[in-house]
Amino acid sequence: MKLRKNEVHGREKIDVPMTPMIDIVFQLLVFFIMTFKIVAMEGDFNINMPQAAQGAPSTSLQVPLKLKLRAGPNGALQSVALNNTTFDGNVQEKFAQLQDAIVQQIGVSDGPSSAQEESEIEIDADFQLHYHYVIRAITAVTGRVDPKTGEVQKLVEKIKFAPGAGA
Amino acid sequence: MKIHKKKREMLEGDLTPMIDMTFQLIAFFMVLINFTQADQNKEIKLPESELAKPPEVPFENAITLQIYKNGNVYFDGNDFTLDSLRPRLVVEKQIADEFKGKDGGAQNVTVIIRGDSFVETGKVQETIKLCQDVGFEKFALRAKEKVPY
Repeated sequence: MKLRKNEVHGREKIDVPMTPMIDIVFQLLVFFIMTFKIVAMEGDFNINMPQAAQGAPSTSLQVPLKLKLRAGPNGALQSVALNNTTFDGNVQEKFAQLQDAIVQQIGVSDGPSSAQEESEIEIDADFQLHYHYVIRAITAVTGRVDPKTGEVQKLVEKIKFAPGAGA
Repeated sequence: MKIHKKKREMLEGDLTPMIDMTFQLIAFFMVLINFTQADQNKEIKLPESELAKPPEVPFENAITLQIYKNGNVYFDGNDFTLDSLRPRLVVEKQIADEFKGKDGGAQNVTVIIRGDSFVETGKVQETIKLCQDVGFEKFALRAKEKVPY
């Protein structure tokens, strides 16, 4: 018992040097804080453009959707037209109307093999149009956020760019 | 003197809670740190979209082309014009065909396009066209997630 007591006593005596560990820990902390950056999450829109399909007739059985985006002289959006319907209003209203028109044409349903998967849209944009309008147009036609549930409903699945517009 | 001694002994505070907290902080930053975002070019301001959700499964084979406002392309650490990009992409396609031949080669490589908000659409389409000419078929337009409030 005496020995044990001594051991216990000895244990209390051991003094681990904390300073180096804390130094390193702070070094690590500073490193991680410095390299930390908040990045907004990014997502992708898939477009499939096989070379052979260029100029070939569309394989889709649906009525082809053709979206025309016309630009003003400074690259701002001037007009949006789906097939032959032109939309009015400011930029936001135009895209909202475009989305409504798409919903009217192909409907909203969640079932498999629905019209959404079959449908294809061709985007014909002016050369000098700012790219973010194209992304907004793609956003408007590929899906919408249900205002009630906040879930994403898919609309047109396939997107392609009109050939020749980039030349 | 006695009082002095007592005071000095009191100064040795308990470090355990502080170290606990510090480790918590380190763990927090370690988990959140993201090295995979390193291929983002800061000069490029991506367009925003409500539908741009991060993919659940990242692309298996992908190359990222980043298009500046003036239409030049940043790829693999260097800046290219459209003309100088072509030979570089041809090399990339050959590598894809050589090493990923089983998976379909260049046809199965996704070209992720990170275009600046204000680049001309025609420039983006020219870049896509160039990739098509070289032999890539899958494209993904990247956008920043916009949180709808």
